[in-house]
Amino acid sequence: MSKRTARRRKVAVVQAVSSKRRPAKRRGLFSELESLAMFIESAKRDIAALHPEEIRKKHLPTAADELDAIVASTAEATGSILDSAEKLSAIGETVTGPAVEQITEQVTRIFEACTFQDITGQRITKVVKTLKEIDAKVGELVRAFGGSGRAGRSRVRVRRGDAALLNGPQLPQNATSQAEIDALFDKK
Amino acid sequence: MAVDMKMNVLIVDDYKTMLRIVGNLLKQLGFSNIDEATDGATALEKMRQKNYGLVISDWNMEPMTGLQLLKEVRSDIKLKAVPFIMVTAESKTENVVAAKQAGVNNYIVKPFNAATLKEKISSVIGAF
Repeated sequence: MSKRTARRRKVAVVQAVSSKRRPAKRRGLFSELESLAMFIESAKRDIAALHPEEIRKKHLPTAADELDAIVASTAEATGSILDSAEKLSAIGETVTGPAVEQITEQVTRIFEACTFQDITGQRITKVVKTLKEIDAKVGELVRAFGGSGRAGRSRVRVRRGDAALLNGPQLPQNATSQAEIDALFDKK
Repeated sequence: MAVDMKMNVLIVDDYKTMLRIVGNLLKQLGFSNIDEATDGATALEKMRQKNYGLVISDWNMEPMTGLQLLKEVRSDIKLKAVPFIMVTAESKTENVVAAKQAGVNNYIVKPFNAATLKEKISSVIGAF
């Protein structure tokens, strides 16, 4: 039986039941059911028009791959920067005078700046996880509305205990500052 | 008492870039014996084979996180006194509180600079 035939049957059944002579309250209820059935059918058509399978099979994996590529390329660039900084540091050990301190200071700044790669990497990993959760939800939606959605079963695990503490970098407005952390440590 | 700059320091992080950065910063501060581990389990193994005067660990690692490593260290009679600093992007108050309850000596939130690293190490093992 085609999906269209099934949909027509469902609507026909609701219409048939609601059209029989019933008390006013029941007629109202059946009328509501009919509206609900039509709404669900309409929602199914709208969702189908969004091509959720295409989102799952093409767009989401592509986005995740692009993000992984960003992490890989920034890691490679950071590696090259660190190579140069380490060479500069070694050169600094061979010179004398005020240049030693100047080189050390600048090399330290390079090392500090390179910590960005860790933070951006963790942020991007969070985004990839979110994409995977969206993928699972879209899959569930497809399955609920009669599509295949085989891989769509929710894989979003509820984290408990220590695992619930793994949240990665916070956005600046939500993060606890080093000064606030220090204050927590000052409390005995 | 003066800090022994030749003490063994263990850095634990699953990001090799971070191991390099922290290692280089420690060298600039004057530490010369620096070992690395890429997860908590490997770090624990190294700690059971060698004496470390300081452990600087990330939190978010697999299979053993920095917090689990800290708990293992604090429950091990031979290791429980090893100074332990957490260096992590996990900056929620609940994380700091959990680490403190588990016995961390200090907590540095990423991104950090060399001055903060020196200050926190000094507060744990003494001025150098």
